[in-house]
Amino acid sequence: MTQESADTATRRGTSGGSPLTGLAGRAGDDVRSDLRATARLTDSGGIRLTVRSRVGGLYGPAIEAETRRVAEALGVSNVEIEIDDAGAIDPVIGARVEAALRAAGVKGGDARPARRIDTGDPTDRDRLRRSRLYLPGDQPKLALNAGLHRPDGVILDLEDSVHPDHKAAARLVVRNLLRTVDFMGAERMVRINPLPLGLEDLDAVAPEAVDVILVPKVEDPETLLLVDERIRANTDRPVWLMPILETAVGVERAFEIASAVDSIVALTIGLEDYTADLGVAKTVEGSESLYARMRLVNAARAAARQPIDSVFGDVADEEGLRGWAVRSRSLGFDGMGCVHPRQIKPIHEAFAPSEADLARARRIVSAFEEAEERGLGVVSLGSKMIDPPVVRRALRTVEIARRTGRLEEVTDD
Amino acid sequence: MTDRSSGPPRLEAEAFHVNAAGRRVPMDVNGHVALPFEGVGMHRPAGPKHGPPIRSCSGYPANGDKRVPDLKTALERCGLRDGMTISSHHHLRNGDRVALKALNAAAELGARDLMWFPSASFPCHEPVIDLMEQGVVHHIEGSMNGPLGAYCSRGRMSGLGVLRSHGGRWQAIQDGEVPVDIAVIAAPSADAFGNANGSHGPSACGSLGFALADSIYADHVIVVTDNLVEFPCVPWQIQGNNVDFVVEVDSIGDPSKIVSGTTQITRSPDRLLIAEYVARFLRDAGIVRDGFSFQAGAGGIALAFVGFIREIMREQGVKARFVRGGSTSYLVELLEEGLTDYILDGQTFDLAAVESIATNPHHLPTSPFTSYNWHGKGNFASMVDAVVLGATEVDVAFNANVVTHSDGMLLHGIGGWQNCLAAGCTILALPAFRDRIPVVVDEVTTLTGPGELIDVVVTERGIAVNPRRTDLLDVLQQNDTDLPIRPIEEIKAEIEQLVGGPPRKPELIDQPVAVVKWVDGTVLDTVWQVPDAPGLGG
Repeated sequence: MTQESADTATRRGTSGGSPLTGLAGRAGDDVRSDLRATARLTDSGGIRLTVRSRVGGLYGPAIEAETRRVAEALGVSNVEIEIDDAGAIDPVIGARVEAALRAAGVKGGDARPARRIDTGDPTDRDRLRRSRLYLPGDQPKLALNAGLHRPDGVILDLEDSVHPDHKAAARLVVRNLLRTVDFMGAERMVRINPLPLGLEDLDAVAPEAVDVILVPKVEDPETLLLVDERIRANTDRPVWLMPILETAVGVERAFEIASAVDSIVALTIGLEDYTADLGVAKTVEGSESLYARMRLVNAARAAARQPIDSVFGDVADEEGLRGWAVRSRSLGFDGMGCVHPRQIKPIHEAFAPSEADLARARRIVSAFEEAEERGLGVVSLGSKMIDPPVVRRALRTVEIARRTGRLEEVTDD
Repeated sequence: MTDRSSGPPRLEAEAFHVNAAGRRVPMDVNGHVALPFEGVGMHRPAGPKHGPPIRSCSGYPANGDKRVPDLKTALERCGLRDGMTISSHHHLRNGDRVALKALNAAAELGARDLMWFPSASFPCHEPVIDLMEQGVVHHIEGSMNGPLGAYCSRGRMSGLGVLRSHGGRWQAIQDGEVPVDIAVIAAPSADAFGNANGSHGPSACGSLGFALADSIYADHVIVVTDNLVEFPCVPWQIQGNNVDFVVEVDSIGDPSKIVSGTTQITRSPDRLLIAEYVARFLRDAGIVRDGFSFQAGAGGIALAFVGFIREIMREQGVKARFVRGGSTSYLVELLEEGLTDYILDGQTFDLAAVESIATNPHHLPTSPFTSYNWHGKGNFASMVDAVVLGATEVDVAFNANVVTHSDGMLLHGIGGWQNCLAAGCTILALPAFRDRIPVVVDEVTTLTGPGELIDVVVTERGIAVNPRRTDLLDVLQQNDTDLPIRPIEEIKAEIEQLVGGPPRKPELIDQPVAVVKWVDGTVLDTVWQVPDAPGLGG
């Protein structure tokens, strides 16, 4: 069906006020929970709205109110705005209307949604990152319920899943979603565009309590310094970085990249681009990327960062996914990406600790608790002293097992 | 659209009554006294059942050949007159060509003011609007959706629409509420005597159960087939002994729209999550056990549910005694894997299911008589342990709406939905919101199912158990379920926060366009006229 969209401006007319028209968003029979906004700046007439909506009878006034709020917040007093709505919620309406007005040439103002959800504390540096669910930044419908599927993280993507013409509009959608949507405890991640465009992305998303920024196609440590600096210019809240290696050069410099700045918590790989760079086909068993992935694991561990694997793209092939995830864990990865929520559960199962790991972790944790109770500074198991990082990993292993429902008996005994 | 002078008759305020569900309903429906809903299980009419006129075999060809050249001849010889009721059935679904052929033949014969009494209508029946505009068809008593639904909702139809469940349609025929003058039955296979089935032939659709009542109780019965076989046509789902005439046509329907080639499970992550919750709910509520039974339709969530319940049955090593559908390849796979002993089939949706019902003796056609009829001495629906259904809205008292959209527009027929509420555990499986419209509301737009019969509402944002079902809640607790069981009010509040508040109440015109019958024939609710241009606010 028709899907028209662009956040490009079109100059119309040559005389007088030469009105500027901006367009943003999507409309069409197959579009849900989104809209297309067309804004035409005028010299007079105030803010005039035409709303066509699938839910107009039920939400017409709400749609008009949000549209008007955004126009006023941006200081626009004369404009004709047309809305073709397919049931978008307010933050999406706001993002689309703002994008259309920006495309028409409106500068300045702050039209961010007033509502801001409670995002809680910044995430821990070494939290569980078994699964991260990719959500195309320009398709807001997928984000609303993403948290229900309980991924460890959600990634609102501004890079490859967004058409080059829609980058600016998607950035506003992602900003508004970060501000208003409850991802239910999933770590809030954004994949920005390669620099310099990615720096503009950061200006929009960094102030919105984002937890992790994924930086694509990294080939040098300097990129991460620039990203980190730009984030610091936007917020005081800790924001972690996860560089994505997607080229042969990037893989060769994996350790330098992993240790470029302190805020890097994980290192991951993009196999579509990497295999293209090598000029080889990407296979289900992944032997062509074995070197790169093992090198990444080693570099990440050497820099004390989490090694995180790529995605498994075939949503229909659950057996293939399980096989990939099990191999991935055995190579040393801590997690991988998901392109569909149904991939989350198999990935969590594959990255769960083994029975032997779990049994050992439980012994260490009991020793640790005993030492705590007795006020001892040193944890020992039998005659062997246990190093603090080993204790921490054991605590984490037990925590993972408990969270995944495998360890109810432990907390009881 | 232009305003027609007709439309449903205007009713005075005193022509309404507030029924036991608190709904204002008309006491007169298309010139007949209509009883208001009295409460679940309360209405039990007495007296003999309706019977068709006595006939004698000497009035029919001794050689059993009841063929006539065409539908016009058949209708003429049935004594077609103005104002008659002509029935048809929806086993050919959106591929049906017979209902329109019959109504057009009646139009050519000059008939007017007919009542069309389909067991359900589909988008392919849109041309009936022209027949209503011409006055050939006066009104429809049957499901209306799409363009027909809009036509009725906007008050264009001359009489009131009457929405009945599949079981309610049988009840209305059997207690004489709707005397059928001429039943036109589309038959994928038939012989010249009138024996017919839906399980064989190029337009095979599975069961002919929806036509069974009409074949028994209508004054006249015409069988229309594109696959005439030599006597005997077996199995005779429709018995030729009830049939007056047989008409052979080139094609009764478009096979590609009668059944789907393959049925695809939804890929929507939210719907899959809902389906998984439903299956886990049945497990944690102790319903999945050896010999249990369930019913699930062919909607996206129901199909995905079958996949999840299959996993659970395998894990627990239990099998069902029977499952009811809406049958598809997914139920057929259960049967063939030995996870159920029988499929009791109400409707057959895809090629694999059509093949199965034709060849597997454990895959049996059923009818609204076996399954749903209020005037039966019991029926199958109440013997099913759990049923998974959809709805457009559900309210905080668990009342549900399946017939209208939240803006008041007719959207769906009732189908077997009301009848299925008799199951041991009735589960509505619903996405929490569609576009931005919440599915959980304060009060449903149109009451189709009383909340006392709806036990569980499963959304992707949580599962609400009707507080009346303390037994289910107890078992869930004993089994230490990790499902998100939440009060329905809490789920509602969460959805509203997400979508930006509850929707406005639709502004409807105080004029009935249709009534919703309860399974016993009483009037449960009124469908009100929708304004021509639903306001966009402002």
